[in-house]
Parts: sequence; C-alpha cells; structure tokens
Amino acid sequence: MFGTEIASGPVEAAVIIGVVLVEALVLYAGYGVLEALAGPTLRRALGGE
Amino acid sequence: MSELELFGVAVTLLTLFAGFGVLIGLLFGFFGMGGSFLVTPALMVMGYDTDIAVASGLAFVFGTSVIATLKHRDLGQVDYKLGVLMIAGTTAGIEVGKFGLHWLQSIGQADLVVSIAYVGLLGGIGAFITYTAVRGGGGGIDHEVAEDADLDDDDIPDIAKKIQSYRVPPMMSLKGGITVSLWMILAVAFATGLLSGLLGVGGGFIRMPALFYLVGVPVPVAVGTDLFEIVFSGGIGSFLYAMDGAVNLAIVVPLLAGSAFGARLGAAATALVEEDEIKVYFGVMLLLGALAVAIRKVGGAIEMPVLDVVALVIIVGAATLVSGAVVVSSVRELRTDASSTPQTAD
Repeated sequence: MFGTEIASGPVEAAVIIGVVLVEALVLYAGYGVLEALAGPTLRRALGGE
Repeated sequence: MSELELFGVAVTLLTLFAGFGVLIGLLFGFFGMGGSFLVTPALMVMGYDTDIAVASGLAFVFGTSVIATLKHRDLGQVDYKLGVLMIAGTTAGIEVGKFGLHWLQSIGQADLVVSIAYVGLLGGIGAFITYTAVRGGGGGIDHEVAEDADLDDDDIPDIAKKIQSYRVPPMMSLKGGITVSLWMILAVAFATGLLSGLLGVGGGFIRMPALFYLVGVPVPVAVGTDLFEIVFSGGIGSFLYAMDGAVNLAIVVPLLAGSAFGARLGAAATALVEEDEIKVYFGVMLLLGALAVAIRKVGGAIEMPVLDVVALVIIVGAATLVSGAVVVSSVRELRTDASSTPQTAD
C-alpha cells in the first residue's frame, strides 16, 4: 500500500516514520475534537444519567 | 465475487486491523505496555514474515505511544525529567544486556536461557503484582495526580521507601510529591535496560512496575512516563527496521487508526478505575502472557505450529477479557460518581 513499504534507506525510512508520526498526531487531534464534542454526552449516557 | 478493496487492501482486512487496534490501544493506554506483545505474534500467525511482523509491530507501537503519551500528558501523568533519566539509564543497560546475550549465543545457550528468563520474569512479575494488589485489597490511592499532591506514606511500596531513603545528592523531585536520588533512578533504569537488552524485548512490562515498586511514583505516572520512553525507543527501533524496508504501512495505518481510539479510552480509564484494580488486571495479563509465551516456545521446540495458534488465542483472549474488564470497571465508576455527585449544570 502507498508504495512505500518496499522502500529502503535512511530517507525512505524517515518518510515512513514521518507518515506514522503525522497519522498519530492527526488521529490524536481528530479524536480529541470528537471527544470534546461527544465525550460529555457519552459520559452521561454511560453514567446512567 | 471480488472483495472490496481500498488502496489495494481488502476492506475486511483493514476492518480487522482497525478492530484489533482498538483492543490494543485500550490496553496500551491503560497499562503502558502490550503493543508488540500482541501485534507481532498475531501478524506471524496471519502469515506475515517475521521481519515484517516485528518491524510493523514496532512502527505501530511507536505511533500508539505518541498518542497515548499525549493523552497522559493532558492528564498530568507524564514526568519528563524522570522519562529522560530513564531513557539514559535504560539505553546504557540495553547495550550491556546485549553483550550478555551475545555471550550466551557464543556458548549456545541463548535460546534456552532467554526463553526461561522471559517466561519466569513475565510470570513472576505478574504473580507478584496480582498477589500484592489482592492482599492490599480495598483502599487504593487516588488517581488525581496533581503536581503538588503528596502520596500517603502507606501507598509507597516498601522497596521504594528503602530506595528513596538513600539520599545521595543530587536529589530529584518527581510527580506525586516524592524525592529520589538521581543515582537510584539511573540504577533502576540501568537494571531494567539490562533485562530488556538481555531478553530482546521492549521492556514496558519491566519498566512500568519498576517505576512504581522501585522508584515509588504513582501507577498512572509510571504508565505515562513509560509511554514517553517508548516514543523514543519505538521511534528509533522502527526507523532502523524501516531502513531495511520491513515496515508495512498497509498493516500500520489501519491498526493505528483503531488504536488511537482505544488509547484515548484506556488513558481516560486510568483516571477512573481504582489503582489496585489496575494492578490486578496488569498482573493477570502478564500471567496469561507468560503462559502463552511458554506454549509458543514449547511449540517451536517440538515443531508443533498449532501451539502458535493456541498461544495467540490465549493472548488475544486475555487481552479481550482484560480490556472488557477495564471498560466495565470504568462504566461502574462513572455510575458511582454520577449517583454520589450532586447534579450541576455543565
């Protein structure tokens, strides 16, 4: 997938690690927004309020 | 009927990876360990080559640890000073541990010694944690780890009290209001690194208990600080594997998407569930992990690949059971809080 898994060498390795890091940061921020929006409602629902 | 594909990968496989990611993320966010422990054997049983399984597992652990560390930082559960000292000490320990491993390899005893030590250590730590948590029963310390919060003296394990009593300067103030000698922290870090290098494992299952039982920091800070360290060890490790082209993004990307969600749940759960409960779950996970590793080693020795599958079923089963218990305990705590707190407008 993405044609990068067969790559090798320091530059390609840095790109792969960079992709993982960027994905992690985007997911952290994205789920953070989701948590801020839906978190309180979910918390109340799970808490049985 | 042809299967639906996305970026050349079957959608069912992507969904499977994402679902598996949620499970692993939850455990990783909650315990600060368990990533490669679960992913690598699962990928190998699915038919991936060992180098791809190890490298992709490590890259995934790196991504998940970034997310889980950020979440723990939001909760005030990462001690950066302690983290940096641990990285320095464990790096030195790992290098010395590798020498030990090479020596064992040169006398042809590496596989046997490492297998027995790994299972013994995993099982031993698991049994010790479960025993002390069950014996401690009731109580448990508060998870609200404020900068200036002092731990009750009874909450600090005896070994940690002894280590904290050696007041060799310079002394370091850590989260949870404890003070430990810099040299004691480096000694603990070196010892955990030594074991990690000797056994060739990531070492989250060694470091997290060491931070609590030996240094004496509260469990949530031990988890958060351990994760901070994994960001660096996982990043460097996966970079080295990626140089050989062994990291497969078709595995890492969907796993990470699932685990990012699970890690938020797991990290949030550490602020809800009683500390003694965390320790019991952690101990049980390690005990079942030790059993699974032992079965896999026996399977390899007597050439019965079916035992690999049995080991995987035990690991995934234990992970599902323990993460289910974490979710149930969190919901129970939320319900208790809701019924005991007067209602206020948000």
